[in-house]
Amino acid sequence: MAFIRVSSPHTRSANTTSGVMAQVLLATIPGLAALTAFFGPGSLINVALACALAVGFEAGILWLRKRPVMFYLRDLSALVTAVLLGLALPPYCPWWVVVVGIFFAIVVAKHLYGGLGYNPFNPAMVGYVVLLISFPLEMTQWATPAGALADGQSLPGIGDALAKVFAGVPLDGYASATALETLQQRGGQTVADLYSSAPIFASGRWAGNGWEWVNLAFLAGGVYLLYKKVFTWHAPVAMLTALGVLAILFYDNGSSNSAGSPVFHWLSGATMLGAFFIVTDPVTSAVSTKGRLIYGAAIGVLVFVIRTWGNYPDAVAFAVLLMNFAAPFIDYYTVPRTYGHSKAPRSTAKRGK
Amino acid sequence: MDFFVILLSTVLVNNFVLAQFLGLCPFMGVSNKLESAIGMSAATTFVLTLASICTYMVNTWVLNPLGLSFLRTVSFILVIAAVVQFAKMFIEKTSPLLYRVLGVFLPLITVNCAVLGAALQNTNKAHTFSQSALYGFGAALGFSLVLVLFSAMRERLAAADVPVPFKGAAVGMITAGLMSLAFMGFAGLV
Repeated sequence: MAFIRVSSPHTRSANTTSGVMAQVLLATIPGLAALTAFFGPGSLINVALACALAVGFEAGILWLRKRPVMFYLRDLSALVTAVLLGLALPPYCPWWVVVVGIFFAIVVAKHLYGGLGYNPFNPAMVGYVVLLISFPLEMTQWATPAGALADGQSLPGIGDALAKVFAGVPLDGYASATALETLQQRGGQTVADLYSSAPIFASGRWAGNGWEWVNLAFLAGGVYLLYKKVFTWHAPVAMLTALGVLAILFYDNGSSNSAGSPVFHWLSGATMLGAFFIVTDPVTSAVSTKGRLIYGAAIGVLVFVIRTWGNYPDAVAFAVLLMNFAAPFIDYYTVPRTYGHSKAPRSTAKRGK
Repeated sequence: MDFFVILLSTVLVNNFVLAQFLGLCPFMGVSNKLESAIGMSAATTFVLTLASICTYMVNTWVLNPLGLSFLRTVSFILVIAAVVQFAKMFIEKTSPLLYRVLGVFLPLITVNCAVLGAALQNTNKAHTFSQSALYGFGAALGFSLVLVLFSAMRERLAAADVPVPFKGAAVGMITAGLMSLAFMGFAGLV
């Protein structure tokens, strides 16, 4: 009778890097499915193209840096970056937009800083912001959701979509303003009027046709990741709470100056993608529990401020980059109390010598 | 409300470092350690606010009545140098440690283009006395904000496995560039 002797720890940890990354990839599937259902195959093409390019760039830069290529490719982090950027990009954007975005994400934002674990900025959001500033025209042409298309039009098929992405063959009337843009440029209408007149809202339920379901799908993926304990609840909940509280304060009973209801802000744009897939990035966010609450809440505030008073209709990428910048500083002042000490150490106190 | 707009504009939207690219040398030079960055921020805030006030007074009560506006740049530099000398003596007496930490960068505030930039922009925008003071103070706040955040980030970057050709100031410059991109998100707030 042989007893298998095992020493402690007895809990098996499933939290390898590649395991976590695979869970994240799995959790993006509902969102990708919703994007495809409402906007056609554009997002699928984006994600597939981005994944292929990301693996290529990652392998190339690892080779240049003389690192083991297969070892780092197997941690799937490049694929996660690629999928997140592919989901964030507008469907049917030209192929070179994806190339530039992935280059900045993988090469500049990740490997110039030393690769996974060292990057201070979220690579996917760096790629997105570089593209948004450099190619505003391509980046603001969002597809019309299926329910808001004019009569006689339908979502592009896969062949038309590929022709648009790779050869620039125009699609008929595919682009329209997103829900956030429509609200921003409504020109003094009350919210109720806008909801009944603008097609994107009239055919939707709470926050614009398509968008609400895409966000709910990302929410479902996020809840799955929470259930799997891939990240803690602090940062996403803090972000959504801050966004909701500000939206209530400035809702103004739906008047012509209203900034939109909390439900609108939660279910439009990249809110849920940001809250559960970007803000929770363990490398670029703050580390401690208190730090994550501050980090998430500040992102929520920045998203609302830029959406409401800024030039850009959506602000998740900007807000995340700004708070990535502030995260090391937040960590400095939110060092948790260690067991046996009554006060948290001031990390500045011991340094300097 | 006007004051709020000036503060918001100088701290975030037209941030002196990340949107106007002024004061980059202390931004790269003193951002290796958080404590020295905080000390530098305090010193620059002091100098920038005081210099904005002094240059306003010199411009309004000396240069303009005498028709000597062609001497503006020269006299502003003189005023700023005097204020910096004052700040230097003040810090030397009150905090010798900070004085040693800041070292050569303290007198270098004289040639910090953010200080002269704020003074010249004040005259160009025809700011009143209180607006000038607030503009200088806001510029200093924006400078301090990004300098302190940047130094906390650079302490972390010092431990990162950055490829050799990009170590040190190079990756710092790239970080500053990415930050500048992120600050463009504030466009349109004012």
